[in-house]
Amino acid sequence: MANFEFWNDGNTPLHPASAPDFVPRPQMEQMQLHRLQVMVRRAYENVPLFRGRCEERKVTPDDVKSLADIARLPFSVKSDLRDTYPYGLFASPLDDVVRIHASSGTTGKPIVVGYTKGDLEVWENVITRSLAAIGVRRGDVLHNAYGYGMFTGGLGLHNAQAMGVTVIPVGGGNTERQIMLLRDLGITVISCTPSYFLHILDEAAKVGLDFHSLPLKYGIFGAEPWTEEMRQRIEEASGIKAYDIYGLTEIIGPGVAMECTAQSGMHIFEDHFYPEVVDPETGEVLPDGETGELILTTLSKAATPMIRYRTRDITWLNREVCACGRTLRRIMRVSARSDDMLIIRGVNVFPSQIEAALMQVDAAAPHYQIIVTRENDLDRMEIEVEIRPEHASDEIKQMEALRLRMSQAIERITNIRAKVTLVQPNSLARSEGKAKRVKDLR
Amino acid sequence: MKIEQISIFLENKPGRLNEICRTLADNKLNIVTLSLADTQQFGIVRLIIKDWVRAQQVLEANGYVVNVRQVVAATVPDRPGGMVEVLDIISSAGVNIEYMYAFTSRRGTAAVVIFRFDDPDKAVAALTTAGHDVLHPVELFKDSE
Ligand SMILES: [Zn+2]
Repeated sequence: MANFEFWNDGNTPLHPASAPDFVPRPQMEQMQLHRLQVMVRRAYENVPLFRGRCEERKVTPDDVKSLADIARLPFSVKSDLRDTYPYGLFASPLDDVVRIHASSGTTGKPIVVGYTKGDLEVWENVITRSLAAIGVRRGDVLHNAYGYGMFTGGLGLHNAQAMGVTVIPVGGGNTERQIMLLRDLGITVISCTPSYFLHILDEAAKVGLDFHSLPLKYGIFGAEPWTEEMRQRIEEASGIKAYDIYGLTEIIGPGVAMECTAQSGMHIFEDHFYPEVVDPETGEVLPDGETGELILTTLSKAATPMIRYRTRDITWLNREVCACGRTLRRIMRVSARSDDMLIIRGVNVFPSQIEAALMQVDAAAPHYQIIVTRENDLDRMEIEVEIRPEHASDEIKQMEALRLRMSQAIERITNIRAKVTLVQPNSLARSEGKAKRVKDLR
Repeated sequence: MKIEQISIFLENKPGRLNEICRTLADNKLNIVTLSLADTQQFGIVRLIIKDWVRAQQVLEANGYVVNVRQVVAATVPDRPGGMVEVLDIISSAGVNIEYMYAFTSRRGTAAVVIFRFDDPDKAVAALTTAGHDVLHPVELFKDSE
C-alpha cells in the first residue's frame, strides 16, 4: 500500500477521503463486485426497462457472480433516458430524491437524472478526491465558472465546499467581472471549460493583466474534449497547472474521473463507477490497454442507477499503478466523443485533431470552426480560424503563408486537405460554455 | 522621413470595408489615402491617417486586427521615365520594395507614391542623396486639414 497518510511529496497530509484511491486491486475488486450485485438487483427490481432487457437475455441478478459477468448484462444508451423521460429510469421514489439535474440534448427533450441524499454525498466524495489529487486543500479559493442551474458543471464543482475550500459560485458569463474577481479575491483554483479559460486569458491580456502575477495555481477543465497542445498553451500563458476532469450527467456529472499531479490520465473513482472498454461496433469487452468505447456502471447511485452505460467516449484503461501511488485505473485522455467524429471522404476526423494541428502553427488561435459541405458528392472541409493580433501584417504574402501553414498542419494530422479561411477576431459563434466546433451542412 | 501606415485585416465579406470607413468617420478620422490589397480569401486595407494613433485605438476597440508600419512618401516627377528614375535609385541602394501605391494628392508637377521598403532608412537616404523629395508628415497632411 502506498504512503497512506502523506501526499507524494512526503510532507503534506493526504485527504482522508482519498484513502480508497490507494487500496490494492484485489480489495477494490471485492468492493466493486459486492456493490455491482446490489446495484444490479436494485435496477432489476425498480427499473422496468432494465428488467425487460435482462429477461430478453435470460439473465437475472443472480447470474452476476464475478466482475466478468457484467458482460452478460445489457447496455444502456442515451436514448433510454429520452424514451423514458422524465422518471422512467428512477429506482427511488421521489420522496427520496432531493435533486434533479438535466442535460440539454441537441434535439428534443432533455435527459433527467435524480440524486438522493446519499447520491449527493457520493458526489461530494468524488469531487473532494478529484481536488485532493491535484493538491487542492482547505484554504484554497475556487472560482467556479461552470454554469449553475440544471447543468451538472456548476453544482458539481460546488461540492468542493465539502472539503473546506472557499467556493465562489461565479457561473458563466460576464468575463470582465470574472477577471476582476480573479484579480481581487485571492483565487487559487479555477474551474470552467478549457475554451472559456482561453477566452478569459485573451480578455485579460487586452486589459494588460498577466496571470503569472496572480495567486492562481490550478485549473480544472472539462465538459469538452481538449488536447495536450491546449494544455501546454494554457500553462505557458497563465503559469497555472491545467488538469482534466471527466464526467457526464448520466453518471453523476463532473467527478467520474480526474487527473492527478502526474498528468498522465484520469483516475476513475472505481469504487463508485465501474469502467469497461468495448469494441464500439461489436460491443465486445476489450482487455485493459486496448482502445474502444468507455462503458460506465454506477456502483452506488441510488436514484438513477446506470448499468453499462455507453458513453460514446473513445479511450483506453491503464491499470499500471500511477506515479502518484493511486491504484485506480486511469482513462487515458478522452481523445474524442465518437459522436463528434466526422467522416470526411471516408476518413475519420476529430475536432481535437484540427485543434492540435492549429496549435502546431505558431501562435495559432484555438478559436476555429469546422464547416463540412458536400459538393458534387464530394465532402469538403473548411476551417474558419479567427486571427489574433500577433498575426496582423500589412503584407498579403505573410497572411497567405499563415494560411498555408495551417492547412499543411491539418493535412499532416488528418490526411485531409482542408480549405482554411481566416476570419476577424470574435466573428465565430462562441458561447460562454461549450465552443461550437462543427457545422456539418451535409 | 517616414510615415506611419496602419493596415487592417479584412474578411472577404460584403460591407466589411464600409464598416471600417464608417467607424473612422464616426470618430472624425479622415482617411488621407486608402489602398486595398486582396485575394479571393481576404484583404488587407492600408490607410494613411494623420491621427493614426487614435485610429488604431478606435479600430482595435471595434475588434479589428491592426498592424502599424513605417512607409515612405516620395515624390515622383510626373514625366515619362520619372518612376524608373526613382526605382533605379532604390534598387541600386539594395533596398526591396514590398509594395507601393499612389497617394491621392499631388505636389505641383510631381505625383506622390507611398513605398513600403524592407529598409526604409536606407531608402530615404538614397532618395534624398539623389535629390528626390521625401515628404515630411506635416507636409503630407497639409491639404487634409
Ligand atoms: Zn496518479
